[in-house]
Formats: sequence, C-alpha cells, structure tokens
Amino acid sequence: MAELKLPVSEESVRNLKVGDFVELTGRMITGRDAAHTWLIEDYREEVAPYLEGTVIYHCGPVVAENEDGSYDFVAAGPTTSIREEPYQADVIGRYGLRGVIGKGGMGPKTLAGLAEHGAVYLHAVGGAAQVLARAIPRVEKVFMLSEFGVPEALWVIEVERFPVMVTMDSHGNSLHAEVEERSKAKLRELLGFAV
Amino acid sequence: MGATESYIETFVELIRRASTELPADVLEALEEGRKVEKADGLATIALDTILNNVDLARESSAPICQDTGTPVVWVHHPAGVSTRGLRNDFVAAVREATSRKYLRPNAVDTLTGSNTGDGAGRGIPFLHFEEWDEPRVEVRMILKGGGSENVGAQYKLPEARLGAGRNLEGVRRAVLDAVVDAQGKGCAPGVLGICVGGDRVSAFEESKRQLLRPLKDTNPIPELAELEERLLREGNELGVGPMGFGGETTLLAVKMGVLDRLPACYFVTISYMCWAARKAAVSIDQEGGVTWLS
Repeated sequence: MAELKLPVSEESVRNLKVGDFVELTGRMITGRDAAHTWLIEDYREEVAPYLEGTVIYHCGPVVAENEDGSYDFVAAGPTTSIREEPYQADVIGRYGLRGVIGKGGMGPKTLAGLAEHGAVYLHAVGGAAQVLARAIPRVEKVFMLSEFGVPEALWVIEVERFPVMVTMDSHGNSLHAEVEERSKAKLRELLGFAV
Repeated sequence: MGATESYIETFVELIRRASTELPADVLEALEEGRKVEKADGLATIALDTILNNVDLARESSAPICQDTGTPVVWVHHPAGVSTRGLRNDFVAAVREATSRKYLRPNAVDTLTGSNTGDGAGRGIPFLHFEEWDEPRVEVRMILKGGGSENVGAQYKLPEARLGAGRNLEGVRRAVLDAVVDAQGKGCAPGVLGICVGGDRVSAFEESKRQLLRPLKDTNPIPELAELEERLLREGNELGVGPMGFGGETTLLAVKMGVLDRLPACYFVTISYMCWAARKAAVSIDQEGGVTWLS
C-alpha cells in the first residue's frame, strides 16, 4: 500500500496502476452533480486554486455545524460517479485536477481524459461513510453552500490516510471495463447465446 | 393510542435504528460473502471496509451511509386511527431525524434545484397505509439510497434482445440482464426486490416491499422460491463482485413477489438495494407501548 500526498505531481499519478491500493493525505475538494455543471458553465476563479494538483471527491456528506461556525463531516462516502461522465474530462483539463474519487467507475470519455491530462480514477468503498468520515479530520472551507445545499456544495477538506483503490489509470486501463466485459460474456453463456 | 408526541419520538428512534444499525440478517450475509472471496483481492478489502464501517456506525450512532435515502414506509393500523395524523407525525420525525444528523437533508426541489433542507419534500417520505384487524400499529420502513435507486429497472416482456418470453424463464433472463447492467453502481453486493406482474405503479411498490423480508426466509410460492435461489446463484456467477471490483459476491439475496396483471402487460420490476440494506420495524400497542421488531 502506498501513501500519496496531496497536492500530487503528474509524474506520481502516472506511476499509479489499476489494482493499486493507496492512502491519500492532504487537501482535496468535494463536488458532485450541481458542482460539475457549475464548474463547466464558467471558469470559477475563486475555486480554481482548490482544484489544481489535487483530487475532486464525488461525495454528498452529512455535515454538522459547530457552535464556532466550523463544520465536521458526520458521514462521507462516495456517490455514483457515472453521472459526471459528460463533464469530468473537461473539469480535469480546465482546472488541472490529478484525480477523481467516487464509486462505480466512469466511461470512455473520462478514461481518455485521464490519459490526456495525467490523472486517475480512485474508487472509495461505497457506503463506507463512517470509515471515510474518520479520514477527514478537518473541513477548511465551503463554496456554494446556500445555493446548492449540503450534499451538493463544494467542501474543501483535509484528509489523512484516506483509503482508495485505483480502478482507472492514466494508461487507458479500467477495471470497470474489464469486469463489465467478463460479466457480459458470462451472461451470454447463462442465457444460452453464442459466446 | 398514545399521545401524538410519543409517536414522533418513536418514529425518530425507528429512523435512527434504520440509518445507523445494519440488520443482523444483512450483516450475516456480508460476513458469509467475506469468507468466499480470495484473501488479498480488492473484493476482500471492500468487504473488510464495509464490515468495519458497520461496526463504527453502530458504535457512534451515525449513518452507515451518507446517502440516508428515501424513507419508504408501510404502516398497518386498526380501524379508527387517523392516517393523516400518522403521516404528519412521520414527516415531523423525518425533520427531527435530519436535524439530529441521522438523516442527510435529502429532498431536492426538482424545479428549482434547491434543497428543502429538512429532509421532507413533495412525495418524501413515502408512506403506505393499510388497515388491519389487530389493535396495534405496526410500522416497517426501509431507507432506499439514490445510487441503488438509479439502477432499478422495469422490463416489459416479451423482450427479444434477451430471448425473454412471458414466463418465469423470461423473468430470469430479465433479472440477470439487470444485474449485469447495474455492475457495481448500486453498491454491490446488493439485495434484489422483484415484482412479477402488476402495473407500472403497483409493481415498483411491491418490489420495494419485498426488501422487508428476512434475507434467509423461503418464499411460500414454491416456483418463486426455486427461482430466487437460482437467481442468487447465477447472479453471483456473473462475477461483478463487491463494488464491481470483480469477485464471488454480487448479490446477498433475491426476493420476489407476484401481482396479477392486465392481459396485455407482463412487467418484471426490479428494485436494487445496496449492501447497506437498511430496514427497521416497530409495533405500537393501544397504550402507546413500543416493541422493536426485527
């Protein structure tokens, strides 16, 4: 298992391969459906420094606000990434992201974007909201909270040994494409179709 | 019937239990899955993380998953009980559970995109009421997350692409196709709630009601019991595995109900429930006494 510090260089990211188990430490940002369309509509200068060289986490957390106005993540697992497929490669390219964390994997457009820009898709365990919230000791800042609501806001967070698996790398490999192909072949067999 | 206030507090506790304590039958199925996976693969890491997460959520009384889902609720009540009162109490309980962080604010105004902020909204929570002869009120609920909801499916038989006719073999073909289509996106290993027959309204409700069944029970209809068992085995042979990483454990259970249909219609309706198959139930007697059900 490797530890990866954020922000991360293109070179380090290009060294990652499908099947690697990695722990992330440093600063990242959350963003999901509303955030991705918003990031594409216009160049968002105020958020750009929080995206460059780090990763975006597809996550809609449960958040507690403390008396001093600071926030804590109460539950924070990944959401399904494929909904961002139309936007992800452009967001990566435009803001200089080095990776995406989510679940379920993404499609060919994102896979091509990862290769082009030098980035990876990192899979967190879906539903593991407590394990992952404990790897997020601090919430630094939030963008678009009143506009998008808690799950959809862009939360800037510090993570410590945040566990993820590389399932799509910058060399055109996707575990999701492999598993899908194998399971479709098995389905044809079970249905008695020519394999 | 007890005071209204006590109903609200009981419903808040019902929601807390559902969101933070994974039912024993689901936990057992996950542990069995863990045993059959290869020792050092990603599937094993995923299941270990899941089992650890279940413990942490229970210990800290915090949501198992941040997507605390839509509360889908079935209420049985005696004659004379106000279903409007029960509905109002349940909605109030959802708001309170959201403020206590057992639930995420999970209702979005579809037209404006703004979050209602308190967990309640048009059609959320979703409640079904049925009168019965018993003097007590029984409330059974699931929390159904959005990722798994998105991979639900409804097939209209016959379906030439799958060679699926209007019979149980056609049902089998449609269900296996849905499992492949879902891959890991519904947070595998999942539980399938299925309705054979019905219409486009009744079938989805019945498919979700199937998710209340204990995972190890046996369907009282022998041909459905046989098909459930076969689909569980074949679904796992597809090799999607935990989180879609590849592996032996793709499904935890298959539960199938049947409704009669129009002559022209033959629907197969599949509700996919993620591994965090959250459900809870409570019985409230005439004096307001509460019994937690498994």
